[in-house]
Amino acid sequence: MSEKQHALIFELSEPGRVSYSLPDLDVPEQSIGELVPTNYVREEPPDLPEVSELQLMRHYTSLSNRNHGVDSGFYPLGSCTMKYNPKVHEDVARLPGFAHIHPYQPVSTVQGALELMYELQNSLAEITGMDEVTLQSAAGAQGEWTGLMLIRAFHEANGDFQRTKVIVPDSAHGTNPASATVAGFDAVTVKSNDRGLVDLDHLKEVVGNDTAALMLTNPNTLGLFEEEIVEMAKVVHEAGGKLYYDGANSNAILGITRPGDMGFDVVHLNLHKTFTTPHGGGGPGSGPVGVKEELARFLPVPTVVKEEGYYRFNRESERPDSIGRIKPYYGNFGINVRAYTYIRTMGAEGLRKVSENAVLNANYMMRRLAPYFDAPYEQHCKHEFVLSGRKQKKLGVRTLDIAKRLLDFGYHPPTIYFPLNVDECMMVEPTETETKETLDAFIDAMIQIAKEAEEEPETVQEAPHETVLGRLDETTAARKPVLRYQKS
Amino acid sequence: MNYRYLPTTDRDQQKMLDEIGVEQVEDLFADIPAGVRYKEDLQLPPSLSEPELVKHLQGLAKRNIDTNDYVSFLGAGVYEHYIPSVVNHVISRSEFYTAYTPYQPEISQGELQAIFEFQTMICELTGMEVANSSMYDGSTALAEAAMMSVGQTKKNTVLVSESVHPEALQVLKTVAKGQNVEVKTVSIANGTTDLNDLKEKYDDDTACVLVQHPNFFGHLEDLEAVEKVVHEKKSLFVVSSNPLSLGVLQPPGHFGADVVVGDVQPFGIPSQYGGPHCGYFAVAKKFMRKVPGRLVGQTKDENGKRGFVLTLQAREQHIRRDKATSNICSNQALNALAASVAMSALGKKGVQDMANQNIQKAHYAKNRLNEAGFSTVYEQPFFNEFVVDVKKTVAEVNEELLKRGMLGGFDLGSIDQKRENQMLIAVTELRTKEEIDRFVDGLEEIV
Repeated sequence: MSEKQHALIFELSEPGRVSYSLPDLDVPEQSIGELVPTNYVREEPPDLPEVSELQLMRHYTSLSNRNHGVDSGFYPLGSCTMKYNPKVHEDVARLPGFAHIHPYQPVSTVQGALELMYELQNSLAEITGMDEVTLQSAAGAQGEWTGLMLIRAFHEANGDFQRTKVIVPDSAHGTNPASATVAGFDAVTVKSNDRGLVDLDHLKEVVGNDTAALMLTNPNTLGLFEEEIVEMAKVVHEAGGKLYYDGANSNAILGITRPGDMGFDVVHLNLHKTFTTPHGGGGPGSGPVGVKEELARFLPVPTVVKEEGYYRFNRESERPDSIGRIKPYYGNFGINVRAYTYIRTMGAEGLRKVSENAVLNANYMMRRLAPYFDAPYEQHCKHEFVLSGRKQKKLGVRTLDIAKRLLDFGYHPPTIYFPLNVDECMMVEPTETETKETLDAFIDAMIQIAKEAEEEPETVQEAPHETVLGRLDETTAARKPVLRYQKS
Repeated sequence: MNYRYLPTTDRDQQKMLDEIGVEQVEDLFADIPAGVRYKEDLQLPPSLSEPELVKHLQGLAKRNIDTNDYVSFLGAGVYEHYIPSVVNHVISRSEFYTAYTPYQPEISQGELQAIFEFQTMICELTGMEVANSSMYDGSTALAEAAMMSVGQTKKNTVLVSESVHPEALQVLKTVAKGQNVEVKTVSIANGTTDLNDLKEKYDDDTACVLVQHPNFFGHLEDLEAVEKVVHEKKSLFVVSSNPLSLGVLQPPGHFGADVVVGDVQPFGIPSQYGGPHCGYFAVAKKFMRKVPGRLVGQTKDENGKRGFVLTLQAREQHIRRDKATSNICSNQALNALAASVAMSALGKKGVQDMANQNIQKAHYAKNRLNEAGFSTVYEQPFFNEFVVDVKKTVAEVNEELLKRGMLGGFDLGSIDQKRENQMLIAVTELRTKEEIDRFVDGLEEIV
């Protein structure tokens, strides 16, 4: 598509073309003006495109060719767990018995769906070491907010209204403090120490009788396991606070350790990360929330219960202390079908191997890349690791340049400039589904880029060279926003 | 046991361990305190081979009655519509569905452009100037609109009509509690928002007024009258709207809405037991920088070629952290793509045709039911849903309909006991005259 501007579908439009087919109306037709008051009848039809079916397919096929997914090539985007999305999941989720069932059908007509949800609730509770799970949250961020609302309800039920603060590490994902805010808390930052772990002494300083919760990913966003987790849990619990586990990094811990055993009270999981449901270009995800027994009565309604072999939703009267509804219907069911299918594929042993191989791959890459980039932390990493580009920065090559240069090799770059506490950060997460050959090829590309930074920095600084477009002007995009197509 | 998603062989593993300088994989987990190291096997059902797995899932799916086999009159926020075959083919392109958020625009132009086109289509349908890339669903979009209004106006009460979807109202209340915002409900009179109650409750602290149009009962709201009240004291006018209805109905933007939200499920997204669907969020231009979620903007690359990027990101959680007014990160991108493809396939003509078939068939069904002696509970203009008194409890009637291969309408008694005889009936373009007649005949027999 280098020859000319890639057309928008609106620019392909030609009046009179269609790409749909409906039968002729088989009931007597009345004018709309007779059915609704005339001032409610649309005057100008929405200007949607008018294209033929082949035009439509070519348009979207050509767009897909301008997009990089896991199936296109390596995608080591740290913290996002871009692992392989099994194809059989797509098949089963499209079975009519899952895809074409209505949320208000009588539960007697959807027992298969409820059984699946019930079994998935139980499996996720077992994997996380929690007592009860809700499948309602649509994504990780909604799971975080739900979990914090549960903690708030718990404290308030105890008459404890002064717990207004949620502690988050400086390395936390941006959703953590944002979720704290929208759940009505103030976010307080706890520092990391020079080993990349939460500074326990600082935690002791910031914790107090105003602490509602500590939010933590473990392993943390640097890919490092919080070794002092038991001590941290004790500090927070003794102060009357709760521990929240952000499951973004649970790909490192399946069958290895469980948040519930580490002392966490509330957990969310990102099924679109650890449990292989496709990222979809940005969603949909699913963010189930698990809790310990003492928080279960606050869970959003409804969850699935089983009674004498029959599945049903619990009634609101059975959960009088529920925080209420957080999402219509029953969560992203279609996504939950895929996660259930994955768990049934892997079983307990398979899931443990997932984490073992994810961690093996990450450590292998980190050790091989350490001579060329700064690896700021000594210890073994878990499923991901960070590198700093500060050595290259001195040569005038920024981490952004390295990322753009990787595009020329056909790779999606790592997450960059995050976490915020590492200068020129690159966060690499290979996942367990990649072969050693793929890891080696990526490592070779990174080594070549490190050499280019020394010998011919402009090759890196001016990258990418091979993509359909060069670097895009994001400043103008934000200053003079053009957010929709307008006919010229 | 072999695992098809795990390619690392014993030989690979040995080489990698040698490079790392440890003896065994277990050594990589030495930093996990022994007390919390999980030593047993997780108690999970056994692993299944692919043929066993497919059989098992098919077995579960078969235990559900689906709307391919049963004639459905269920709606109430989730609708069975024509899904052009192209939709599934496009969203099955794994370049789309195995990608994540387009953080690297040079290799994500496909997704970015598709979202830009989605934003444009939503603006066209709603009559608004700016639309975002998607929200989780219509209900959470409505709650986000309320919170945006609070942030914008610095007022702390939201007024919501009781004629919005009851689950949306519940979600709004949960979200509002989180941000210590007060929710006041406006009662219903004759199946639509009670304007007198609205005027009574509207005051200086009203951040916004939220209505649904067509509302939960299928009726059109008097948007003109509501708008006059809402803008009296500079509150925001938020309208939740079924986007398909806008193929024949004047868009909320025409009536001065500040924010229009809803769910694009009617366009190319199967009901799938209630999710994933896809919320949309559209605003007047002056609120562009207050919109939650991701926005795609047009720009140029260094050679002057048109391209697209995520833009105005300073609004979002990854930049603003605890100062962000919304925490949304992952959204419903693939569903937005499905909706875009469906809207492209229907196009300008098809969206009017399909909307027209809905309103015509629903009115045909209503007239047939009236003729058969079933009264409509309200005489209000409606789109593709309406409320009928079926003379017996809807629960009983639906059980009988099921035996006749039909899924009856939504049981309003499930949300309000006084309404146990009231059925909310949805009639889409997929219902044939013959099916509607059979439904009416069935009801006559049952009652």
